[in-house]
Amino acid sequence: MAHSEQEILEGLGEIIEEIVGTEPSEVTPEKSFVDDLDIDSLSMVEIAIAAQDKFGVEIPDDQLKDLKTVQDVINFIQK
Amino acid sequence: MFSSPSAPRGAAIVALGEYQPSRVVTNADLEERVDTSDEWIQSRVGIRERRIAGPEDTVTSMAVAAGGKALAASGLSPEDVDLVIVATCTVEDQIPNTAATVAARLGVPAPGAFDLNAACAGFCYALGVASDMVRGGSSRNALVIGSEKLSDWVDWDDRSTCVIFADGAGAAIVSASEEQGVGPVVWGSSGERADKIYLRDHQYLYQEGQAVFRWTTTELYKVALEALERAGVEPSELTAFVPHQANLRIVESIAKKLGAPQALVARDIVTAGNTSSASIPLALSRMIGRGELPSGSTVLTLGFGAGLVYAAQVIRIP
Repeated sequence: MAHSEQEILEGLGEIIEEIVGTEPSEVTPEKSFVDDLDIDSLSMVEIAIAAQDKFGVEIPDDQLKDLKTVQDVINFIQK
Repeated sequence: MFSSPSAPRGAAIVALGEYQPSRVVTNADLEERVDTSDEWIQSRVGIRERRIAGPEDTVTSMAVAAGGKALAASGLSPEDVDLVIVATCTVEDQIPNTAATVAARLGVPAPGAFDLNAACAGFCYALGVASDMVRGGSSRNALVIGSEKLSDWVDWDDRSTCVIFADGAGAAIVSASEEQGVGPVVWGSSGERADKIYLRDHQYLYQEGQAVFRWTTTELYKVALEALERAGVEPSELTAFVPHQANLRIVESIAKKLGAPQALVARDIVTAGNTSSASIPLALSRMIGRGELPSGSTVLTLGFGAGLVYAAQVIRIP
């Protein structure tokens, strides 16, 4: 089942709050994980795992480095 | 039919011992060598300081030191030991094996002696083998040692690995016992992922951090839970969880999934670093030394590493 952009954004906000404690309102599409949200490479793996559970889309490790912003992840999940 | 020795009812750990090199290397020391920071290291891997071997420390000498302490603590004499297994993946020389030399230096006369390479799962593999050898009547008292000098196999200019690995040894004596004090080993491997942790250029430890993190945090708690189930132990009965000290975030992530909030979680990595097959017996011995694991307490171990390989079992603290 396809998820809307807004659903994915809200879901990512919940996931990121759970993993690194960031306010969900801070998680907006243009934000960079590393530069804006202070999320490191291991937390990115945790986000990918949680996103897979939530949205049913696997994000392999070799794709993670290309997903720099929240919008990149939204696009990947919607693809 | 062949005649067989009358097998004891069980096998149990009767003593532990450890050795750490005296040289302490702090995160501040590493900041002078590579582009890193105390904050980065502590947040990524949870290590504050580690012990690095001096020129006098070898895999063999550290194994002898740890094994000698375990032997002394057991009250056994060297003649009582009939099997020596050294789990290691960092020997200086492949030939001769380490275990025979270790046995000779400890004064153990002519035991069965072999090295075992199951990388960071080595101690759990060796403990499983020793426990079954004792239960099967092939050994009465086995000395099981994990000893590693990872500093020989680290690129000290690679900030992604040199902050993690360290040196040390831990040992346990496994003896015939009325009651079984070592639960069934649950072990396995995943050789199709051999490329996730290996020696780059046959020289330097390399790992795909994200792949290893994903593997350890999503698959290994199931191995740990199976070891509990096979031993007939409920998560609520655990005194402590002592997994391989790979990375504090991996340790804590697996611990969270066990459903054992009362269990003390080993955090030996904070001051000992990642010492591969030595990390579990080292942590156990140090925790016992601090009075954190009372005699008779039930502890879950879980080793995992290059191969990929993994093993878990429940043990009773002597």
